[in-house]
Amino acid sequence: MTIEQARTLIADRFPGAQIAGEAPLVVSVAPDAWVPLARVVKETLGAWFFSFLSAVDWKDEGLEVVAKVDNIDGKLSLLLKTRLGPGVSACPSLTGIYKGANWMERECYDMFGIRFEGHPDLRRILLGDDWEGHPLLKSYPVDAPYPPFR
Amino acid sequence: MPEWIAPLIAPFIVLNAILGIVTYVTLLERKFAARMQSRIGPYRVGPHGLLQPIADAIKLMMKEDVVPTAADKPVYNLAPIVFLIPCMLIFATIPFAPGLGVADLNIGILFFLAVSSMEIVGLFMAGWGSNNKYALLSAMRAVNQVISYDLPFIFAALVPVMLAGSLRLSDIAAAQAGLWFVFYPVIGQLAFIAFIVSTVAAENRAPFDILEAESELVAGFRVEYSGMKFAIIQLGEYAHVIGASFLGALLFMGAWAGPGPEWMGPVWFLLKAMFVFLLITWVRWSFVRIRVDQILALSWKALLPATLVLLVGTAVVVVWRGTPGV
Amino acid sequence: MSTIAPATRVELDYTGSERLTMNMGPQHPSAHGVFRAILTLEGEEVVGVDAVIGYLHRCHEKLAETLTYAQYPSIASKTDYVAAMTSEFAYVRAAEMIGKIEVPKRAQYLRVIAAELQRVASHLLWLGTWCLDMGGALGGGATIFLYCIRERELILDLFESLVGARLLYGFYQVGGVRYDLPPGWAEQCRETVDLIDRRIDEYQRMLEENPFFLVRTQGVGVVSRALAQEVGISGPLVRGSGVNYDIRRTDPYSSYEDFDFHVPVETGGDCYARYRVRMVEFREALKIVRQALDKLPDGPISSRPGLKSVAQIRIPKGEAYARVEGARGEVGCYLIADGGPKPYRMKWRGASFSNLAILPHIIPGHKVADVVAIMGSVDPVFGEVDR
Repeated sequence: MTIEQARTLIADRFPGAQIAGEAPLVVSVAPDAWVPLARVVKETLGAWFFSFLSAVDWKDEGLEVVAKVDNIDGKLSLLLKTRLGPGVSACPSLTGIYKGANWMERECYDMFGIRFEGHPDLRRILLGDDWEGHPLLKSYPVDAPYPPFR
Repeated sequence: MPEWIAPLIAPFIVLNAILGIVTYVTLLERKFAARMQSRIGPYRVGPHGLLQPIADAIKLMMKEDVVPTAADKPVYNLAPIVFLIPCMLIFATIPFAPGLGVADLNIGILFFLAVSSMEIVGLFMAGWGSNNKYALLSAMRAVNQVISYDLPFIFAALVPVMLAGSLRLSDIAAAQAGLWFVFYPVIGQLAFIAFIVSTVAAENRAPFDILEAESELVAGFRVEYSGMKFAIIQLGEYAHVIGASFLGALLFMGAWAGPGPEWMGPVWFLLKAMFVFLLITWVRWSFVRIRVDQILALSWKALLPATLVLLVGTAVVVVWRGTPGV
Repeated sequence: MSTIAPATRVELDYTGSERLTMNMGPQHPSAHGVFRAILTLEGEEVVGVDAVIGYLHRCHEKLAETLTYAQYPSIASKTDYVAAMTSEFAYVRAAEMIGKIEVPKRAQYLRVIAAELQRVASHLLWLGTWCLDMGGALGGGATIFLYCIRERELILDLFESLVGARLLYGFYQVGGVRYDLPPGWAEQCRETVDLIDRRIDEYQRMLEENPFFLVRTQGVGVVSRALAQEVGISGPLVRGSGVNYDIRRTDPYSSYEDFDFHVPVETGGDCYARYRVRMVEFREALKIVRQALDKLPDGPISSRPGLKSVAQIRIPKGEAYARVEGARGEVGCYLIADGGPKPYRMKWRGASFSNLAILPHIIPGHKVADVVAIMGSVDPVFGEVDR
């Protein structure tokens, strides 16, 4: 599967997707196409290696969830993105398709407050269970004095 | 002097001597291990670290005795003592020279083996009384392991008994006047190896030290002990190791036999016991430990049948020769 | 500091069928850092494990947004502090990818030398601590640990004369490297490499001829190829399960294509297979160092030399994901730059974070003693897991 073939395949299946780049191939879809895209990428394009999943806080434009998957044998690398709108912090979960997404989505929830629908065990992973706030949001100040640990 | 003092002198001397040997044996082990690991070992305290054990003893005596609130107090407090007593008692029947010993019972070795198996009680009391899951897990493993390895230990120790024809330890030592049992054609070496392996396991020394397993169970049954109680447990462990080394030297290496005048006998005995001890220590610092189910499999599936066969073979040899002994 | 487990006081049922919840808590001699594994035991067998991490979380990702491209590389070493060189590598590569900054050939070779020496040092620590966990701090494990640390000190001495620091360096910078080789370094490096090669032979014989070691590692912690592909693990962990994935081969960077080396892949999937993979990696890394020293070209060591102020490097708008084959796997840095001297968003893909996610899948069914053997062979470094 070459990059061109991958590009045409995705463009056919997901008409609203924005595709750019080559290595990695950057694909941006709407949140409701997030899980189908992941499924197509894994099964048809053979990208089984789940590298990471994270999010970016674009301030007024809302949050964006980013995932990187690779087809190691076919040397195909994809960066999947989806923009949740302004004020939205819910996103479908990829754990049904990629097992490696489990802890990555927990970390996203911990740091950004994004609730992943369908995640089996969504709780904070890096911070304490009683932490308030989500640190990686741009609205969270760098030197926030968290009360118990002042 | 009053009558009741005379019989107490020998035990008093032996106990103090054992305490002295045990403390300095820890230094010997540390130096030996250090040389194996290309470093020096204790060096600063006293010339070449010779005062290190004394410094350790003073430190342990001065440490705060931390007792967990939920510990079962009577069991917890008694456990170190119950552990120590059998470890000290085993020296009662060992003759350090012909006629020099506390009590040369005519069931000498039986006494040794029976009493040394009793320390498991103290061990389990320590594990239970600490009210700590790690300690409990370690105590359960201990019971498994020590019981499994006491049997091959006994069988391996019975080979010299059969070859000498007596349970009395001084008789066994005297029967080796011609040829030490360890140099016996095949039986001697096999019995010695079996003895070493089962003694290492019965004393919870590495590679069979899952019981303390420092990296998994964090000191096992000793985890809640500090200060002098910890020192007592250490003392008991090392006393048991030394006792088994003395026994090994006596059963297999002729105890006090050696060139030189009569009074050199105990010195040779000590040297041979240290040789056995260093053998055990060498094994300790070379191998990683194996898992508890593998240890038990080794004992029940390999060592026990092997020592039984060895014992039967020894019996055949003894009958074939006609007389017990050489 | 996640789930606070309720205080457990389990009454033991003497048939032994009661389940015991045991905490292999954050303070533990073999937790490899701060890691809490809440084990559910049935006798000696583990039936469930809940891995709790986050004790070393310092929020590097937020920190990177406040530090410039010149300031952050030294901090990047603190993620995988055992293999600090490879940690810095990912960050500077990402910045260079976005800014399309050329790195001179000599700098690339120096980077490779540092990275491969660091791989050897990291694997030495892995071997030492793994044997320490399996053998006890007072036992055979300690012997191998001290031998490995002795060799690691030689490499750290090399780094000290190169960079000035032993553990956490600031060697990589955007555009090249910061320091050049001092005189005599190449000879000292070659001697060290030869010495370590001979000593690795010794350790290999010592361990592989030891039936205790074999019985402790073979068949333990088997990661099947399917599981390896599902969870997203990388590095020696995945190469021990039959997947041939090495970033130095799949996606060569920094002149790795100039060197001739072999990537070991084993199909066993157990701790012994991973051990064999790492032992071969030792020698291959030493081979690469020798080749790089032989072929080292002359030239500048950085395309952006002489930083006058910390805000001097500005990367134009863009994003990139740069990955490096660290000692533990794929270390990656996803960087979004916005034209200023500081990044807009930096995501650190730590190899150990993804590798650790495999523990709940492989530990159940093993005994307690195997937990330490498996954790040691997974080789997590908690700076990378928690960042």
